[in-house]
Amino acid sequence: MAECHPVGFQWVVEARARGAKVFHVDPRYTRTSALADRYTQIRAGSDIVLLGALINHVLSNELDFREYVLAYTNASTIVSEDYRDTEDLDGLFSGFDHETRSYDPASWSYEGAPEEAAAGERAEQVEGGRAHARTAGPDQYGAGGAAALPRPAADPTLRHPRCVYQILKRHFARYTAETVEELCGVSREDFAELAEAITANSGRERTTTWVYSVGWTQHTVGVQYIRTASILQLLLGNIGRPGGGILALRGHASIQGSTDIPTLFNILPGYLPMPHAHRNETLDDYLARAGGDTGFWGRKRAYMVSLLKAWWGDAATEENGFRFDHLPRLTGDHGHYNTVMGQIDGTVKGYFVVGENPAVGSSGGRAQRFGLANLDWLVVRDLALVETATFWKDGPELETGEMRTEEIGTEVFFLPAASHVEKEGTFTNTQRLLQWREKALDPPGDCRSDLWFYYHLGRLIRERVTSEERDLPLRELTWDYPEEGEHREPSASAVLREIGGVGADGQALSAYTELEPDGSTRCGCWIYCGVYADEVNQAARRRPGREQNPEALEWGWAWPANRRILYNRASADPEGRPWSERKAYMYWDEERGEWAGPDVPDFEKNKRPDYRPPENAAAEDALSGIDPFIMQTDGKGWLFAPAGLSDGPLPAHYEPFESPVRNSLYGQQCNPGLRTYPRPESPYNPERSPRFPYVLTTYRLTEHHTAGAMSRPLAYLAELQPELFCEMSPTLAADLGLANGDWATIVTSRTAIEARVLVTERVRPLRIQGRVVHQIGLPYHWGWGSGGLVTGDVTNDLLPIALDPNVYIQESKATTCDVRPGRRPRGGDLLAMMEEYRHG
Amino acid sequence: MAERMGFFTDTSICIGCKACEVACKEWNQLPDDGFLFQATSYDNTVALGASTWRHVAFIEQQPVWTPEGETGDPLRIGPDGRWLMSSDVCKHCTHAGCLDVCPTGALFRTEFDTVVVQPDICNGCGYCVPACPFGVIDRREDDGRAWKCTMCYDRQRGGLEPACAKACPTDSIQFGPLDELRERAAGRVAALHAEGRTEARLYGESPGDGVGGMGAFFLLLDEPEVYGLPPDPVVPTRDLPAMWRWAGAAALTMVGAVAVSFLGAAVGSGGGSGRSAGSSGSRAFEQVRGVRGVLVRGVRRFGGFGGSPPAGWLPMRRFQGRGR
Amino acid sequence: MAGGGWFARWPVIRQLRGQDGRGDAARSARTDALRPRVEEADSVARSVCPYCAVGCGQLVYVKDGKVSQIEGDPDSPISRGRLCPKGSASKQLVTHAGRQTAVLYRRPYGTEWEPLDLDTAMDMIADRVLRTRRDTWQQEHEGRVVRRTLGIASLGGATLDNEENYLMKKLYTALGAIQVENQARI
Repeated sequence: MAECHPVGFQWVVEARARGAKVFHVDPRYTRTSALADRYTQIRAGSDIVLLGALINHVLSNELDFREYVLAYTNASTIVSEDYRDTEDLDGLFSGFDHETRSYDPASWSYEGAPEEAAAGERAEQVEGGRAHARTAGPDQYGAGGAAALPRPAADPTLRHPRCVYQILKRHFARYTAETVEELCGVSREDFAELAEAITANSGRERTTTWVYSVGWTQHTVGVQYIRTASILQLLLGNIGRPGGGILALRGHASIQGSTDIPTLFNILPGYLPMPHAHRNETLDDYLARAGGDTGFWGRKRAYMVSLLKAWWGDAATEENGFRFDHLPRLTGDHGHYNTVMGQIDGTVKGYFVVGENPAVGSSGGRAQRFGLANLDWLVVRDLALVETATFWKDGPELETGEMRTEEIGTEVFFLPAASHVEKEGTFTNTQRLLQWREKALDPPGDCRSDLWFYYHLGRLIRERVTSEERDLPLRELTWDYPEEGEHREPSASAVLREIGGVGADGQALSAYTELEPDGSTRCGCWIYCGVYADEVNQAARRRPGREQNPEALEWGWAWPANRRILYNRASADPEGRPWSERKAYMYWDEERGEWAGPDVPDFEKNKRPDYRPPENAAAEDALSGIDPFIMQTDGKGWLFAPAGLSDGPLPAHYEPFESPVRNSLYGQQCNPGLRTYPRPESPYNPERSPRFPYVLTTYRLTEHHTAGAMSRPLAYLAELQPELFCEMSPTLAADLGLANGDWATIVTSRTAIEARVLVTERVRPLRIQGRVVHQIGLPYHWGWGSGGLVTGDVTNDLLPIALDPNVYIQESKATTCDVRPGRRPRGGDLLAMMEEYRHG
Repeated sequence: MAERMGFFTDTSICIGCKACEVACKEWNQLPDDGFLFQATSYDNTVALGASTWRHVAFIEQQPVWTPEGETGDPLRIGPDGRWLMSSDVCKHCTHAGCLDVCPTGALFRTEFDTVVVQPDICNGCGYCVPACPFGVIDRREDDGRAWKCTMCYDRQRGGLEPACAKACPTDSIQFGPLDELRERAAGRVAALHAEGRTEARLYGESPGDGVGGMGAFFLLLDEPEVYGLPPDPVVPTRDLPAMWRWAGAAALTMVGAVAVSFLGAAVGSGGGSGRSAGSSGSRAFEQVRGVRGVLVRGVRRFGGFGGSPPAGWLPMRRFQGRGR
Repeated sequence: MAGGGWFARWPVIRQLRGQDGRGDAARSARTDALRPRVEEADSVARSVCPYCAVGCGQLVYVKDGKVSQIEGDPDSPISRGRLCPKGSASKQLVTHAGRQTAVLYRRPYGTEWEPLDLDTAMDMIADRVLRTRRDTWQQEHEGRVVRRTLGIASLGGATLDNEENYLMKKLYTALGAIQVENQARI
């Protein structure tokens, strides 16, 4: 956190000054470790073992926050007797199809689900039935996740052998301090200290928070890393309470916004799923299958119809399904890496790259560049000439002779972009806070905002449309934004207002609860509804922090509904009283008949704690006054996920796809559902290969940003970290005959790169399964271009394209490699060496 | 003179992010230091110098790993393992050697009791460079003049805090009235000692030290040498009043020569370039710089006479070389 | 010039007059005139740092049509005026010499960049989008209506504004382009 989010780290420093204890668990000793109370080195890719052992510690010593767990989680829920755990199947859950390498999650459902469900399709969507088998990714269910029975069978004594609590106990029993030592390389003493600290610091009086970043997500089991932490935090009662939570430190200014209002293939704004060709023929099909009908997700028709109305305006009517048919349909994975394979295969012909640099910034850079070189046309928009724009004249494959400029047919348009100070608009930060940026000045020359580009591109395209049916969605598209200034810049505030939503009277809406399913409201992103409440740009509010309480509700605007802590109903006990004076936050004010406290309640303001839903209640009315997780169909925190995940209802430790270590917990070595693209452009290191004996992890440095396009051209940053380096222990350096400052070549099946060696005791060999395992680390900020004052080889070129099956994120934090002294071979010699590594 | 302003750099909460280095360079529009990988932990700007007025040192203190481990536990990084980071800066000494020896008046003591070089006056004589017991002030290769931290004198004149202190994410760098900072620092040391971190100590806060106390002082977690700081810095101009009289008298004897040189310079440049003595303030001003050059050369010659220079006027060992 | 002209202000003269040459007497006119340059700014915009997602407040000072300084916004309850090295270097991000300000075009099999007018580039891109869309249109796939193109893809960075992402998704969806991705996947 100190390394990549230094200004956020001020709050950790402040907490520490007030007595907070900080543990840092990381494969490398960073600037965060330097300020932590305890640093624990861990082998990259083994975190589920550590987190699982912490869960086991909590469960076997009954250290859970029982009152919280009973009331707010599904611990007491009884699971189907068809369910088989990894304990029974040596690392697999029930329902695995070896042929398709995917799960049918039917057996994971709650007991009684099929009988209690109404019939037919409803059965499919309620209990996580067979329909999940086809595409069990969470993208199918949107923000609410998969559905589960709102009132399942339960045993509040937690003794039923098939209740979630007991299943958890059995499942995590093999995650012990010994396995942590064996697989993570963490000593029993360090584990004991951590376990003691987090349990002692949780409960009524205290809370513990976990902070993570892509060190947890960029794995073939990334989603389950987060699940493991969620289970731990729910058991300890650390969700929805001040000082609690699992905090994702996101690495880009509006990466949160880029998921909320997604430029992602599988979702529409507000985590509404993109429709699937086979499952979602009509709007009704879609709504029936996009998660459950209880909880706030039960209003999904209002969210979806309001989006369709925002996009197709008056043309979207009840009769035509609000133009639901205008939405193109998915048939599977259309994600980034799949798209690159489509480029190489020639099916993807045109490519827009906007403020992104896949030629050096994505895993398996060679595959990326082979894809770029096989396009008909490519549009790159950026501040500088990034490598993605110039690969045809200076890419590494020219040096090796694998490509020749005059043989690359890609037509390239480079359009210079406006910087963040040359346009107005909002970023959504890591706390879901939208902050409006004022424009300081006009962009220079041909530089334009991306808003300008897409608005005018849309305008030009709409000028060219025909009367063909195919063009109807373009013809009917609402695309009339006010233009400003000599560049005819579309009004960003008008776009934000459309996102925030308007009512039947054309006035801005103040909350998503005002959205209607009948087409009378329009809203571009339901979770952002209210960002323009009272016709005021709420994201532009700037009441100084020092004039407000710590929640600072009048600085910017946080989705949803300006809430700062999600699920904050859980900060009070079931009766609505603060769990303790010390941890008081939101509470039920009986006198005023409403939830009160320093934040906006993440609950219906006037729903009493003793409210119990009547039979057949829908949407939020189906949740009781003690159901804090209002987006879930049952209002509970899911310790066990009966549906919605591709790789199991519980996390299990699987080794990274490329690992030097055998999975000693199960016979199943790696995530059974992980995705790979085995083909010449995307080769893999064999598992436990002696040719690639070292663990490689990649990371950022404080002084740079991502692949470097926003830092390498800046003299004041480039001088601080001018060259790509490889961090290794003195022991490994000695083994390899390397001295500090030397050159080393790092090799994987993909390619070899060179880096300077930084020998440091901060990198330590680990003892794993009784033998010494060396880890090395590489920052990934370098490339050959981008206007960089400093250049270097591309770390991402080393990485495999191995993806998490839920979200298709690549495993860039744990792989294997070889290290050789000296600089890498050039040209054909490099190819020859790679041939030897792959086949020699 | 207004209240004495200063920096308190609490290295116990420094995260080595180098925001101070960058914020300083952005505000003061300093040149970069070149782009050389130094393989010295995460430090590539090496030391304070003419173009780096804040510099973050990285000191790795980790127990040596052996297969068996020095504690018998091969897996544990001992509690002694540390990565110290510290943002160094000009100390703005109470008795500032650089200021004392500056013969041109380029260095002066501001109303905030800080020590600042005036680039419009400095002619690059370099006297100040060896006069600094910390090796802070440095001449820039391209223009020859001496440069160092001004404690953002211009910002202070507008009531703004220096750029480094403002940017510092963790408040490791604090700016304020020196008396207040000293009080705060004493409290911080006491708090750390109470936590058992008895290695915490202040450096440069005492008016009794060899430079009369520093305007920029530090909380360190180890001996000063570990951070590249002299353990017992002494201003080389301890016998300042005597020396100043000495230099002043020397300057007086030069006045005749100065006047002649000045006229000569005016005449010499008066032709094609259109310059003439006293024709306008700004032109005259430029010429004055030339005159100062003469004066400096005189002093330099004088300084080179040998004999018996004032006590303390000795070239100090630099504790931090530029390294390249 | 105040104080009796340059000669009287000459440090040597002042020192000889008995003023302490190390203090006020040494001040030059330039020194006397020093003020923080942000005071001279024509405008200041309240902005947000474009690097990580902490969302630190930035104040962007503009003088004579150029950014003269970017520093932390003390009003921000998130950052309290502080910035990391990247945030502190933001002025260089928007002013550095490597920044491109003109459209460049590389024709198929071309070996060099060529200049291209922005409006022409926009027209050419619009034409290519429609051509590729027409050539690769899928009305049906495996017997189901999909009305889409797999011929056009997009990858956006996560420094895009919400409003920009919104128009992108809206336009691509209307075009039937589904391979729309973002750094958020990565």
